[in-house]
Amino acid sequence: MSASPRLRTWLCTLVVVLSNAFGDFFMKRGLLDSTRLSTPLEYVTMLFQPWVTLGVILLVIWQLSRMTLLSWADLSYVLPVTSVGYVLVALIGWAFLNESISVTRWTGIVLIMAGVALVSGGSAPSTVYRHEAKS
Amino acid sequence: MKWLLVALMVGSTTVGEILQAAGMRHHGQIHDFRPGAIGRALSLLARNRFVIGSVIAMAISFFAFMKLLSMTDLSFAVPVSAVTYAMETVLAKYILKERVNALRWAGATLVVCGVMLVSL
Repeated sequence: MSASPRLRTWLCTLVVVLSNAFGDFFMKRGLLDSTRLSTPLEYVTMLFQPWVTLGVILLVIWQLSRMTLLSWADLSYVLPVTSVGYVLVALIGWAFLNESISVTRWTGIVLIMAGVALVSGGSAPSTVYRHEAKS
Repeated sequence: MKWLLVALMVGSTTVGEILQAAGMRHHGQIHDFRPGAIGRALSLLARNRFVIGSVIAMAISFFAFMKLLSMTDLSFAVPVSAVTYAMETVLAKYILKERVNALRWAGATLVVCGVMLVSL
């Protein structure tokens, strides 16, 4: 893998953000307000509802890509940079779930994007010593 | 019930993500994305105590999130989890010893404010 560190960080962040946002969306598609979740069996059964299964697969990809990103980037870098996901969730809700985006919500989206730009443009991903993984 | 689930989700997410970050730093930088190398990395990670702890915490967080989603809107459940941002940034500085400079504090603050507005 010879991609530059910056490109590698951007690609990995993209996978983290997309898998998280769409994972949450498919989970919500599967878990309707009428869903009953009280016994452990009901939770496990629900995992096999097709939308929920798709959501879970995406959330597994989310965790693995996030772990990869954390292997070379700080948590205090990963947290704000991956918060683009909140914007994406709002946009998904607007596009697919007919949720409206108010002026307040747009303002919030702008603030999140500004925070992401500050952190991603203004500092190196890691501030601590990191060795190469053995493999 | 709703806020109890939020508290459970936020608490377990914070613990899980701090452990995950610590575990991945302990593991070292992953550069090699060939299938064999990924398999070896996964088998090493499965024996990494920090990572095992984080998976347990994340599982608790996941089922709390699932229960919460069955009761509330996506646009409530997702933004409310942003409380973890503030907590984790502070813990990243004091536990993980990351150098959180002014830009990162400013960015984290903007994100928390933004997420609160989005969730209104």
